Amino acid sequence: MASLITCPHCGVRPKEEFAIRGDASRGRPEPMDSDEAWHDYVYVRANPRGRTQEHWHHVAGCRRFLVVERDTATHEVYSVVDAAEFALRATR
Amino acid sequence: MRYSAFSIVRNALSGNLNWKPQWRQPQPKSHYDVIIIGGGGHGLSTAYYLAKEFGVKNVAVLEKGYLGSGNVGRNTTIVRSNYMLPGNEPFYEFSMKLWEGLEQDLNYNVMLSQRGVIMLYHSDAQRDAYVRRGNAMWMEGVAAELIEREQLKKMIPFLNYDHARYPILGGLLQRRAGTARHDAVAWGYARGADRHGVDIIEHCEVTGIRRENGVVTGVETTKGFIGCGKLALAAAGNSSRVGEMADLKLPLESHVLQAFVTEGLKPCIDHVIVYGGGHFYISQSDKGGLVFGAEIDGYSSYAQRGNLATAEHVMEEGVTMIPGLSRVRVLRAWGGVMDMSMDGSPIIDRTSIDNLYLNCGWCYGGFKATPASGYCFAHLIARNDTHPVARALRLDRFARGYAVDEAGAGPQPNLH
Repeated sequence: MASLITCPHCGVRPKEEFAIRGDASRGRPEPMDSDEAWHDYVYVRANPRGRTQEHWHHVAGCRRFLVVERDTATHEVYSVVDAAEFALRATR
Repeated sequence: MRYSAFSIVRNALSGNLNWKPQWRQPQPKSHYDVIIIGGGGHGLSTAYYLAKEFGVKNVAVLEKGYLGSGNVGRNTTIVRSNYMLPGNEPFYEFSMKLWEGLEQDLNYNVMLSQRGVIMLYHSDAQRDAYVRRGNAMWMEGVAAELIEREQLKKMIPFLNYDHARYPILGGLLQRRAGTARHDAVAWGYARGADRHGVDIIEHCEVTGIRRENGVVTGVETTKGFIGCGKLALAAAGNSSRVGEMADLKLPLESHVLQAFVTEGLKPCIDHVIVYGGGHFYISQSDKGGLVFGAEIDGYSSYAQRGNLATAEHVMEEGVTMIPGLSRVRVLRAWGGVMDMSMDGSPIIDRTSIDNLYLNCGWCYGGFKATPASGYCFAHLIARNDTHPVARALRLDRFARGYAVDEAGAGPQPNLH
């Protein structure tokens, strides 16, 4: 359940310790990219029903940004990784 | 189905076995002028006003569950028009005026109770903000009253006035605001639309939107293909899913909002009271149960249920405001899926597809908007022209830089 998040640094912690930023799958556009690309990045959401990846900030713990992969219909949590680790994996 | 005192007596004598359904259960025709996806409050009111006010009678409302199974039966029944921004306030006041005439219009008892909504303030800064909001309401011709602490104590004596962190210094009152019986609103609109010839088709889920040459020709459903001249989306929390069928990219995120009701009590809370230290709001239903809710759970969700930590937080807010609440037992809790938009305000607009119309982004404020949303959406569909009070609620407002952000929270839906 998304009420408990297993932080890779702090262990199992309650949801209340986190600030949720939202969709982690979108890439930030380059500064000079088109207005449309920026509009889509800032305002448009895929809003999936099912598996999703989100940035969760562990504000009341290690203060690291994490990527939580979970299900929006069942609230099941599949994995939690540090955002830096997530970015490294994406570039590999 | 018509009702009268006589019909109650007659049906009581015949064992209540002869009541007729309030609307038909038609099989879908092969083609409609307008199909509305979503048989909730907004879809039904849209159909009703299309048929009654705009003369478009060949209309179908498709509902994937039973009628009123979504947010129209899951809210805390509050109706009000105490918004601040000029893009919002005329729209919600239009809605409030429609509420005031709704029972006569529908000939149906929606139990509108204008008991007043009071929003509490706990600091000088918050008082200033409410004075500003009250003035903004007056600018749009809507009465607002600032109630100072001593006067409020006489009105609502049981609040925790001397809380150390959130002392109650007063409140902003809109007397015309109040509550309405949410299910009756759905049933009243359904019966009214049905009488004007609208086909309400329950248990009919849309699985695809068929397009040819850039226009919608109909929808694939669990009851087969149904053709249409115009297609209108009023799918609330599932707007992104339905929009995806037509390749729409929407500024929405679905979140779950919980609501609660307690055991029945004798009349004790006369108003709708909104806590200013959080987002808690409470009223008493005509059955006696205290109906309350607060913030969304914080993470995006399509589950119509919430998490326990938020429930606990809501109760804490309630007890902070009314200590006596701690003795009351909660009977039920439930969740609804909110189509949270990027500025906290709704969208009633055309789309990039000529005959596809969009109604979404109601966040957790959709119930009070039910009449105006339906009226403005029907206006848009029938005349292809935006209703004057819905001019600010356009889909492209984010791209143009005209967000209507009442909370000032930016494009972060879980903060609205």
